Amino acid sequence: MSRTTRLSSSLLRAAAVTGVAALTLTACGSGSGSDSSSSGSGEVKVGLITKTDTNPFFVKMKEGAEKAAKENGAQLSTAAGKFDGDNAGQVTAIENMVAAGVKGILITPSDSKAIVPAIEKARAKGVLVIALDTPTEPESAVDALFATDNLKAGELIGEYAKAAMKGRTAKIAALDLAPGVSVGVQRHDGFLKGFGATEKDVACAQDTGGDQAKGQTAMENCLQKEPDINVVYTINEPAALGAYTALKAKGREKDVLIVSVDGGCTGTQAVKDGKIAATSQQYPLKMAAEGVKAVVSFAKDGKKASGYTDTGVTLISDKAQDGVDSKDTGYGLENCWG
Amino acid sequence: MTATTTPYSELKAPTAARRLLTAPTTGPLAALLLACAFFSFSTDQFLTGGNFSLIVQQVMVVGTLAIGQTLIILTAGIDLSCGAVMAFGSIVIAKMAAEGSLPPLLAIALGLVVCGGFGLLNGLLVQKIPLPPFIVTLGMLNVAFALTHIYSEEQTVTNLPGPLTALGETFPLGHTDITYGSLVTIALFLLLAYSLSNTGWGRHVYALGNSAEAARLNGIRTSRLTIGIYTVAGLLYGIAALLLISRTGVGDPQAGQTDNLDSITAVVLGGTSLFGGRGSVLGTFIGVLIVGVFRNGLQLMGVASIYQTLITGVLVILAVTVDQLSRKKAR
Repeated sequence: MSRTTRLSSSLLRAAAVTGVAALTLTACGSGSGSDSSSSGSGEVKVGLITKTDTNPFFVKMKEGAEKAAKENGAQLSTAAGKFDGDNAGQVTAIENMVAAGVKGILITPSDSKAIVPAIEKARAKGVLVIALDTPTEPESAVDALFATDNLKAGELIGEYAKAAMKGRTAKIAALDLAPGVSVGVQRHDGFLKGFGATEKDVACAQDTGGDQAKGQTAMENCLQKEPDINVVYTINEPAALGAYTALKAKGREKDVLIVSVDGGCTGTQAVKDGKIAATSQQYPLKMAAEGVKAVVSFAKDGKKASGYTDTGVTLISDKAQDGVDSKDTGYGLENCWG
Repeated sequence: MTATTTPYSELKAPTAARRLLTAPTTGPLAALLLACAFFSFSTDQFLTGGNFSLIVQQVMVVGTLAIGQTLIILTAGIDLSCGAVMAFGSIVIAKMAAEGSLPPLLAIALGLVVCGGFGLLNGLLVQKIPLPPFIVTLGMLNVAFALTHIYSEEQTVTNLPGPLTALGETFPLGHTDITYGSLVTIALFLLLAYSLSNTGWGRHVYALGNSAEAARLNGIRTSRLTIGIYTVAGLLYGIAALLLISRTGVGDPQAGQTDNLDSITAVVLGGTSLFGGRGSVLGTFIGVLIVGVFRNGLQLMGVASIYQTLITGVLVILAVTVDQLSRKKAR
């Protein structure tokens, strides 16, 4: 009995030593890998780090990056936080990718401020860092930003809602994202700007985290608070669909105007089905594809991408309003998150 | 307060009314009533039948999870996997019925079996190996979470057939609309409350939670009992999955991510001791309602969401403090 224990423990020790040796070797290998990768296989290494790998938005982003990597002869590695807001996970991912010798990192920061030190370390080692979808704080912490203009996305649906109300008095509910998250704040402010309203005109505002069930609960409570709400601004289409469910339960789905931002395929379909009046469509696939191209061109001729690139936003609605440019859901479904 | 010691003999007897009046349910009930009184004065919209119906609808999913959580916590265990297991069950039901060719009722049955299976597996690992419940259910949380996302391919399942959402429909009661799902949740609470206080099984659950060894020496088949409790909890998560689908009208792979903690919050607020052997599902019902009433009431007052979280946190710490102090006194 004791012999087997001793035997197994010495075996364990041997295994551990081998393991450590192997790790050291691979660590050395990846350390020098940045040199060998540029001269060796010729494949440019690109890293993509998203907030999560479960959100359909980021799934699309990954698809775009994979396709662009294939077309440009780059090698893509991806990572994500465990959940929205998992900064530690993203920091680990940056460190691992730099260690793996990537030329550039595309990142959608979960926490705009907290990620900055890790990004600075990576850039100090000559890695090109591009923020996708969400800017860092300060924006200059990254080389470039490829993103939707969220203020404009909000403005478009604000203008649409104003036109669709045709002069009727508006009672607004705002189903927001979460406190202090810039994307949500910009869309919310943009909506009010486009609508020509102020914070005082919002009868009921509530955070939903962009979640359908929470959006439904928020709308139910808003209706309880202000039964005569007739315009609903939502941070994204899941929140909008939650609001629709709540309105439908009250038989109000026909006379309340719901507008949203995102333009995912499910959300665009909901516009087509008449559940949502209009949505501002954004293009994550394009963000990622252009990011990959920028890294490849940086690897080839050392030219760094810089500044902000607007990846565009389109108002999607089947009930066009005079004076507001929009495309129908046929276009929307063809381009949903394209 | 000293009546909270729960000697074995006393656990057999109490009527529902008496149990409500004795600690540890008294504190939570008082807190709930105070909160209701406060919100009734603060807003015009709070004290209406429609609003109360709404609060019950909003808490029915977490409430049903919390029944299972209560049973497990009564055995001095904990279940971190409940939200994830429910999410997986809801995706199984939704996908089988909407995209597979299964008739809705069969899809629902399959979802219940899957969730019950997770509970059974939790129970077996906790009892037979044995592993700490915290670890087993932490692992199972990740397993169920991953399976949900793999099986759903990250896609929300829409276009559900009618029977899946039937529990979300309403019937009028006076001037108020009640959902069938709310009734299911309330019925489950009453059923489990009765079983815990009026059956041998219930007495065994409390005895197991007070001291597993003493229970075993008294001839209680603790192994079978434990595995049974985890399985029943799993089945309850399956019912919660159905309630979730009926409430939102979709199968959402992102659902339930914080529901494990929310259910534990409800159990603790309801006065059930995290150390096992003491508490009740009626207390948990009150705990669930406290959270729902605060969320609803503060929103009606126009208070930002973050304060709901703040207040919930403070209440949880208060509840555990009361539990600890009363324990000390009892000793």
